[in-house]
Amino acid sequence: MSSAAVIGPSRRLKWIAGLLVVLYALITLVPLLWIIATGFKTSPDSIAYPPKVFFEPSLEGYVNLFTTQTRQTAGAIAEPATWYERIVNGKGMVITGPSRFGERFMNSVIIGFGSTFLSVFLGTLSAYAFSRYRVPLKDDLMFFILSTRMMPPIAVAIPIFLMFRSLGLSDTHAGMILLYTAVNLSLAVWLLKGFIDEIPREYEEAALIDGYTRFQAFIKVVLPQAATGIASTAIFCLIFAWNEYAFAVLLTSGTAQTAPPFIPTIIGVGGRDWPAVAAGATIFLVPVMVFTIVLRKHLLRGITFGAVRK
Amino acid sequence: MDRAARTTPPRMARKIRGLSDRAIAWIFVAPTIFLLLAINIFPLIWTIRLSFTDFRANRPNAEVSWVGLRNYERILNDPEIWQTMQATAHFLFWTLSFQVLIGFALAWLINAKFRGNNFWTTVIVLPMMLSPAVVGNFWTFLYQPQIGLFNYVVAFFSGTDPTSFSMIAEVALAPWAIVIVDTWMWTPFVMLICLAGLRSIPESIYEAAECDRASKWRQFWTITVPMVLPFLMLAVLFRGIENFKMFDLVVQLTGGGPGSTTELTSINLKREAFEKWRTGYASAYAVILFVTVFGLASIYVKAMNKVKER
Repeated sequence: MSSAAVIGPSRRLKWIAGLLVVLYALITLVPLLWIIATGFKTSPDSIAYPPKVFFEPSLEGYVNLFTTQTRQTAGAIAEPATWYERIVNGKGMVITGPSRFGERFMNSVIIGFGSTFLSVFLGTLSAYAFSRYRVPLKDDLMFFILSTRMMPPIAVAIPIFLMFRSLGLSDTHAGMILLYTAVNLSLAVWLLKGFIDEIPREYEEAALIDGYTRFQAFIKVVLPQAATGIASTAIFCLIFAWNEYAFAVLLTSGTAQTAPPFIPTIIGVGGRDWPAVAAGATIFLVPVMVFTIVLRKHLLRGITFGAVRK
Repeated sequence: MDRAARTTPPRMARKIRGLSDRAIAWIFVAPTIFLLLAINIFPLIWTIRLSFTDFRANRPNAEVSWVGLRNYERILNDPEIWQTMQATAHFLFWTLSFQVLIGFALAWLINAKFRGNNFWTTVIVLPMMLSPAVVGNFWTFLYQPQIGLFNYVVAFFSGTDPTSFSMIAEVALAPWAIVIVDTWMWTPFVMLICLAGLRSIPESIYEAAECDRASKWRQFWTITVPMVLPFLMLAVLFRGIENFKMFDLVVQLTGGGPGSTTELTSINLKREAFEKWRTGYASAYAVILFVTVFGLASIYVKAMNKVKER
């Protein structure tokens, strides 16, 4: 055996390892690809036996997702004007209006971005203070911030439900933004503290000597240095708020309901409309997949609250 | 903390114009602490208070009376809750076992550094970042007898009839249905953390072992495993807490059914609090759960620190 081969894995081992990992990755990908594929199937294709891998793509699922329909009555057959009307009319149905999906999706966007902005804003301030100043009881406060994550959401939901009811915050965007901000703050503070700790404090000290105030040094020196950290923290907060289900299902019903509690309630005419469900899931999940790919370098840090850094 | 000692020297601090350091620190930290107190601690105290009453949230005007420790007594003597705890224990034990085994194996294979390992790692990580409620809901489609892809594939490889079993409707299979989906979703989490552990082992240790003619098998058990163990334990801590709180994925998959075979603690709690509206009773239940998680987690963290110190 040559000395080079002793340390690194042999070529054959590499090959077998690669094969096994790729095999696992492909199997793990099947359910996700199946969601995307089902979104482009027609209803009969989606429930065919054996399950159809090859099929003629159709936008029926997406049209059903965004519209409400009723059965066509013999008297009222209007000439279909658009491509989506043609799809619906082909099944003997007529479009009666838009569905709630667009609205629910927008709620997810508003609440997601609103809470992300707030938690990153507040999180950056306190992370900076925890990183640079002697805050009394610092370790206790940091642990307290983390421990708020250990509560099962349902357990906290009882008093929050009562509190929101008496404050008139139930089923409002403001209420959900505040709630998700509070939940995300622990993650934001812990992650951002790690990022800010890594910025050498000599930069700020130099700025202070140049006559900047502490606050100016924070804005003009620290913030630009922490930009990558802030951006990846923001994406983590956004993904959390985007995916959250337990609070959303208990505290919202109409105006502020987000997409996760809504998508499982999509029902078609005569049995569940799986292509529509899959279409909704695809629109909802694909942005997160893209974010995951963007974030891949900071992923480990984000999921462990900064406990493990590569 | 080591950095705290190096805060700005006092003479310079005095020269700084604008707010004092202490004032800035408080202004920066206060909003975070305030929000967490309002949305986490205040509700927790409220929950504890409610747990000694027979309050029902659906009858806000009814008279509320103190019942002392009766709620706690009733919970600890309720056989249904013990059954729930058993279902949770089954879920926790098997998901953690599978995730540790598969996650570690995958990390070890990826660490062989075959070509394209970064790309495939990102692919494997995808399920973990998605909305558990939306994905869980879609898995009920994959689990359908006859039309479901999962049943079809299992039947294809085992030679049984795909309609002969239903993962989510059979008492014997439902607990495994949720274990499979959770394992699919969260194995990448354990994998990522193990990978960080493997990458933290310096090559030189293996080189030294090689010089001492230690076999590969021995190297694995005396170097690789002990060095990765602290990371693995951290992964188990995170997954343990998360799965103890598990709600969204399982509620969408089985809704706790059939019967109450997959009714995990959070689902059971939701039923007591928001379907039966026994708010006082559910609050006591929430307190017990919180104390359990917190207690188990602190014991575990102590054990983890011991392993780290070795």
